[in-house]
Amino acid sequence: MVNNTKITVKNFNAWFDENQVVKSLNMEVFSNEILGIIGPANSGKTTFLRTLNRLNDIEDKFRMDGEIFLDNQNVYKDIDVNLLRKRIGVIFALPISLPMSIYDNISFGPRRHGIKKGLDEIVENSLKSAYLWDEVKDRLNESALNLSGGQQQRLCIARTLAVEPEVILFDEPCSGLDPISTAKVEDAMDKLKQKYTIILVTNNVKQAARVSDRTAFFLMGELVEIDTTEKIFTVPSDKRTENYVSGRFG
Amino acid sequence: MNKIGKVKEFFIEKLIVICGSLSIIFVILIFIFLAREGLTFFKYESIKDFIFGRNWYPLSNPARFGVLPLILGSVMVTLGAMAISIPLGVACAFYIAEIVNPKMKDILKTGIELLAAIPSVVIGFVGMVTLVPMVKKIFHLPTGLTALSGSIMLAFMAMPTIVSIAEDAITAVPKRYKEAALALGATHWQAIYKVILVAAAPGIFAAIMLGIGRVIGETMAVMMITGNAAVIPHTLLEPVRTLTATIAAEMGEAIRGSNHYYALYAVGIILFIITFVINFIADIFLHRIKK
Repeated sequence: MVNNTKITVKNFNAWFDENQVVKSLNMEVFSNEILGIIGPANSGKTTFLRTLNRLNDIEDKFRMDGEIFLDNQNVYKDIDVNLLRKRIGVIFALPISLPMSIYDNISFGPRRHGIKKGLDEIVENSLKSAYLWDEVKDRLNESALNLSGGQQQRLCIARTLAVEPEVILFDEPCSGLDPISTAKVEDAMDKLKQKYTIILVTNNVKQAARVSDRTAFFLMGELVEIDTTEKIFTVPSDKRTENYVSGRFG
Repeated sequence: MNKIGKVKEFFIEKLIVICGSLSIIFVILIFIFLAREGLTFFKYESIKDFIFGRNWYPLSNPARFGVLPLILGSVMVTLGAMAISIPLGVACAFYIAEIVNPKMKDILKTGIELLAAIPSVVIGFVGMVTLVPMVKKIFHLPTGLTALSGSIMLAFMAMPTIVSIAEDAITAVPKRYKEAALALGATHWQAIYKVILVAAAPGIFAAIMLGIGRVIGETMAVMMITGNAAVIPHTLLEPVRTLTATIAAEMGEAIRGSNHYYALYAVGIILFIITFVINFIADIFLHRIKK
């Protein structure tokens, strides 16, 4: 794998009110890799993820400093926020289908970015990439809220793919799913990595071991260690990492 | 439980039942009274002449009881008020719910609620001394007491209802919808317009209907500033007389038991039906939200 740097984080700190949730974080994310982020609850994983595409902007109590670069462009200075969110898509822990039809859910993103032609094709391709097409092709005009949880999560993946992002953030995408749906989502991720850079935040250590190329371990807002998944799970250099991945705490 | 305790329990229970039933009984009694007095009118006059009659001359000889000008007066003032208060009210609700910072939000909400607390006679008075001369001057009219003046003042009175209920509906939309829309690269405005507005639509519609109900039933302010001429209006810049103002103005001088007296009750029935239908529609939409 050629290690082209996609995202660079420099000295990033984040607070909610007076509570520091991420402490002087420095790291890099490479193109076309799956980076797993593991760590116990309240270790700052999700906050970090939501800062990458500036979703924390809508929180009143959020404060940060440091710099984050996407392809050497500062996400807070050089890129228009709506364009940034198009380039960095996110899949939330709970699937959030918008209260409209399946078709409109998928075409929502492209339409917002001014695409009017070829929507049918975009919808079909996105649904196929998310392994949902066969299940919904005959009911595209039905409300998305009628889908099952696993289907809704794949719908959200399809919806994110429809705006053709460069990076996809997965925020515990399988926490509410059964094992079979989880396997389907993990399959999808593995295929998506050829085209996209993926960051996967997960509470499920085994999932990180299964799908990610490199793994980062967060603890209490600090990055303890980041390395190849193989190394993290066999010979971690920090004692705390070893304790966590072997299940002694967390 | 001893015997006295049981008796006490029995009476208290019955007392609560009576208190609870009274409110419904009063509504039913009012309705029966209204129907009895109003329907008497139709023993002497035809319903068709009443509703489609173009002249309201209750005191001429022979008296004419055509209620059409009054209905059109009410409709015109209400439409005017809605044209002003719906866009303003819904926009204001979105501003309070979505855009403004929390501190300012409290101030604005209190302000809107204060607006609801102003007695309608005060609104009518303020309109009479400020708005009416202004309308007269701007449009070069012989009088500023027009449907337009009434519409503007009534819009103020409908605003608190529309804003506070629509704001509740917007706030009740799950924040996750907005996040999902933003995460796909939608702008804040696109998220509001394409997602939040759609999700909150039933509540906003209910807010509008309740606002209309408030406007149609309003009496004092319209009586003071619409000019009270019972003629069929052609533009917003003419004096009109509403159903409510007619009852309020004429009930004092109508002779009890006369045709005029019963005609006013018949006007009351029409008003009752209109407000009932509007509130009923609003209720359907409010219930839909709760589900």
